[in-house]
Amino acid sequence: MKDLVAVVMLAGIYGLLSACFFVAMDAVDVAFTEASVGAGISTLLMLVAITMTGRSEQAARHKPALAFVVVVITGGLLIYGTLDMPYFGAVDAPIQVHVAPRYINDSMQEVGVPNIVTSVLASYRGFDTFGEAVVIFTAGIGVLTLLPVLRSRKGDDAVESLNDSMHEQHLIVRIVTKILIPLILLFALYVQFHGDFGPGGGFQAGVIFAAAIILYAMLFGLEVARRVINQTFIQFAAAFGVLLYGSVGLVSLLNGGNFLDYSVLSADPIAGQHLGILLIELGVGCTVTSVMVIIFFHFAGRKEDKQRMKEEEVG
Amino acid sequence: MLIGLYNYWIVVVLMMIGFYIVIAHGNLIKKIVGLTIFQTSVFIFYISMAKVDGGTAPILADGIERYSNPLPHVLILTAIVVGIATTALALALTVRIKEAYGSIEEEHIQEKDNQAC
Repeated sequence: MKDLVAVVMLAGIYGLLSACFFVAMDAVDVAFTEASVGAGISTLLMLVAITMTGRSEQAARHKPALAFVVVVITGGLLIYGTLDMPYFGAVDAPIQVHVAPRYINDSMQEVGVPNIVTSVLASYRGFDTFGEAVVIFTAGIGVLTLLPVLRSRKGDDAVESLNDSMHEQHLIVRIVTKILIPLILLFALYVQFHGDFGPGGGFQAGVIFAAAIILYAMLFGLEVARRVINQTFIQFAAAFGVLLYGSVGLVSLLNGGNFLDYSVLSADPIAGQHLGILLIELGVGCTVTSVMVIIFFHFAGRKEDKQRMKEEEVG
Repeated sequence: MLIGLYNYWIVVVLMMIGFYIVIAHGNLIKKIVGLTIFQTSVFIFYISMAKVDGGTAPILADGIERYSNPLPHVLILTAIVVGIATTALALALTVRIKEAYGSIEEEHIQEKDNQAC
């Protein structure tokens, strides 16, 4: 397939299908994340990238036969390797008998959160999640460095007039979006704070929150969105999320516990766990939202700047 | 009964599709899509291992005896979000390559590099 837009759309559908598959496999939290990331944000970012790099692929001159042989051999070896694996759904598979029973049987007494995924994510394996938050933050910094916004402040009036003309064109879409955005934000907050009891948490909420902001930026223009969400503020928020996470760990350290051991945050260990999970989920949500928005702003901003510079060269 | 291993075979097939796209196509965007497919196949691998027959979603409730394994869910949940962050980074690199070389086809980039030498 030579049309990259079609390729990206198919990739989005694949993301949605795999989300459905995760629901069928009882992994509701994962399905939630995959639906918002794989079918939403990643498709969007790829489309923005395609508008800058060209939408069609050139015909390859090399022969794919060698690649095909390599793939078939690797696949054959991997399938041979699966022959010793436990059967699908087996109750006595090694993976089911080691740490998982502890999480399932004891997490209610130790952490007091019904959603085991949340208690493992935020409490038992809080240190891992801290690492993930830092990785996301680093990726945000990477995009900031790779795609710096080329500021040429002359074209503000041109943007205004463009926005006015777009107002006329997409009237229905804009009004529907205006109605939807508060609901999306509300849903994101619900996902954020209800993550203890149902599927959800900081990662999903962050992506949904960012999706609402990106939707706004897409329909009302980047400049307007930048006026609502200041660049400095969003960069601060990205760092703040990671710092909040780290500080919760440090506070528990100062209170005499281990790093990220929330039981010492409050007199009652369960209340301490709840407080700690709430705070670090907030930190994760903050970082994920800001990084996603930063990434989108810089991709889209790069494109607008390029166009403006071209117009200025011509004019 | 070898058929009980079918989940791994689906994963291997998906993984090889992704792998093939990465090594056989010269277009960088397609390579990134290939990597995404590869990545998702790893997610499916983990999640399918966490499934327990007769189990349900790992949210504690009264009257439920058997839950799926929550640990792979946690690993994959964070991996998905980290995956999108790295994909965004790859796309940013692609955009910069397009600006520097005027193309995102591997062969053209190679030619330009050879000329520069």
